[in-house]
Amino acid sequence: MGCPCDEKELTDKQKYKQLKEFINESKNKKGYLIPVLHMAQVIFGFLPPEVQNFVAKEMNTPVSVVTGVVTFYSYFKIFPTGRHTITICLGTACYVRGAKKIMEELEKKLGIKIGETTEDKRFSMGVQRCLGACGLAPVIMIDKDVHGRISAQKLDKILELYK
Amino acid sequence: MSKRSIAQVLVGIDGNTVLFGARKIKTKLITEMHKHGLSEQVQVIETGSIGPANQGVIIGVYPAGEMYGNITEEEVVEFVQERFVKGRPYKKLLLSEKLPAGIDLTAYDSRKTQYLGRIVLDNCGKINPEDIEEYIGMRGYEALGIILKEKTSEEVIKIVRDSGLKGRGGAGFPTGLKWSFTAKVKDTPKYVICNADEGEPGTFKDRLIMEGDPHKVLEGMAICGYAIGANTGYIYIRGEYQLSIQRLEKAIKDAEKLGLLGENIFGTDFDFQVKIKIGAGSYVCGEETALLTSMEGFRGEPRFKPPFPAESGFLAKPTNINNVETFANIAPIILNGAEWFKKLGTESSSGTKVYTVLGHIKRSGLIEVPMGVTLREIIYDYAGGMSSGNFKMTQIGGTAGNLLSSEFLDVPLDFQSLKEVGYSLGSGAVLIMNETVSVVDFIKCCMKFFVHESCGKCTPCREGTRYAYEILDKISLGKGKADDIESLKLLGESMKDSSFCPFGQSAPNSLLNSLSLFPEEYNNLLIK
Repeated sequence: MGCPCDEKELTDKQKYKQLKEFINESKNKKGYLIPVLHMAQVIFGFLPPEVQNFVAKEMNTPVSVVTGVVTFYSYFKIFPTGRHTITICLGTACYVRGAKKIMEELEKKLGIKIGETTEDKRFSMGVQRCLGACGLAPVIMIDKDVHGRISAQKLDKILELYK
Repeated sequence: MSKRSIAQVLVGIDGNTVLFGARKIKTKLITEMHKHGLSEQVQVIETGSIGPANQGVIIGVYPAGEMYGNITEEEVVEFVQERFVKGRPYKKLLLSEKLPAGIDLTAYDSRKTQYLGRIVLDNCGKINPEDIEEYIGMRGYEALGIILKEKTSEEVIKIVRDSGLKGRGGAGFPTGLKWSFTAKVKDTPKYVICNADEGEPGTFKDRLIMEGDPHKVLEGMAICGYAIGANTGYIYIRGEYQLSIQRLEKAIKDAEKLGLLGENIFGTDFDFQVKIKIGAGSYVCGEETALLTSMEGFRGEPRFKPPFPAESGFLAKPTNINNVETFANIAPIILNGAEWFKKLGTESSSGTKVYTVLGHIKRSGLIEVPMGVTLREIIYDYAGGMSSGNFKMTQIGGTAGNLLSSEFLDVPLDFQSLKEVGYSLGSGAVLIMNETVSVVDFIKCCMKFFVHESCGKCTPCREGTRYAYEILDKISLGKGKADDIESLKLLGESMKDSSFCPFGQSAPNSLLNSLSLFPEEYNNLLIK
């Protein structure tokens, strides 16, 4: 899947055109709804109702099926997110190593709860149940970077890296 | 290798070490060697996970078998100077453990006269996973060649069945038997699916197997394809496992180039293609029928069995699904024979098991030990003992697994022995906790996970997990009453009996264990 996001900000019209091309390429293959939604999220950043309607129409599938899939998988987002996404791992290994404290500390620092975005759109915060990096517990992930063996004291320094 | 080098430095590059800058360290090592004119004598090699997972970047030095941890870019300069220019061990970062080849594993297995080495992780931390020739050098793809030229598909299934290999995903179903079901069905096309949707908290063995030795998994899948009559394989993998995906993609491409996958493998008329399907983040998709629904592009909800996937699986065609670790066992079994495999492990469970050992212990990480090793041996021999405090409890098999107290320390870990005490082996996670962990809090955390991940298809699981969480929350806040304990028990038992799929059936496992093993922890929090 080529990433079209390297280019400059596209207009909505161009975005829909791009998505349509991808759908046409894969329309007749079975099981392609999930890859199409992956692509749609790459193009739009999240999947608002309009995009879900568009996908449903183009793929000749009921909207209920599309929405069902979007809301089922944690990867798909229906709200716009901040520039950076913080994911706190609350898997059991991280939990016993103090992940809950990290979560509370982040909530206090950023003034938002899980699932929310800061007013300046800098950070969104979510949780994950195990990132598979248990050897580094407790772990948080910011965008694609995993930060391991986090402590409340280290948080400021890490957050500084993401403007 | 054009010239013979006298020493090799292995840099373990896996999901964990990459975060500590393993790639930069590899580059730095190469430049430093060059600076000292050592490039020809000392080879710097990239490999998969070497083992320890909480020691930063790990490098190994052969032939000495030394292992170094927590190495940083700045430290590389001094390390090369000390270790290779002056030629003495760099004591500052030297780990007490030795590289796999140096470990005397025989000492730990009293049940069998000899332990024959690692099977699944044999190449991990030794070969460069991105170089197919190194895998071939370790007898890679030989098993596939042998069966294609010399064996019928029935003979292959017989070997696997005779070996006693049981599925390593958690349920422990005999692999050979599973294959024979799909082989019997006449309908075509058939599919081989590798379940790499490793979402069980605390488990990351499959990831390290795929990162460390991707070809072994592919070879196992191709052998399975030949045995059951399938020409297409899929690997359903978690989207978070970027490095595994990259390495598998490269491995598939390289194997196709050499004619070891693709069309007319080894010049025979057997074709086998492997494709990768990336999941979108859902725990329940590790359940095989939910995985199939997800692969078909829908909400990953489980289906009713029967029909079993062997008859009607992916796109309603005959499908065989196995775990990554199961596939990684196949080629070694074909090469060495069923009898060899049976010599390892115990009566009921042959072979080895890969565990990820975590929590309050000195050395966390990946180990492969014969089936039947006890918890006590894992904690005190392999993991170096408790890092702080005293042993209180272990959760084996991840969040859906069982909770064990100290009285279970000497139960051999294999399918049968655990079944006898009412437990199951599960996925391979071993989370060890000391007395600082509150049982109620821990179980509450596990239950929160199930609330979040329940797919919502059946009521016992969807509502049961939620109510269990609410009651646990109440108790943990000191607002619980005695009858709440009874409700939890009833709720747990009902979920076990009436949930649609193994997800809901296993969700209350640890909860129920904790109620019988640590009743006082609950009672202390109740309103008197």
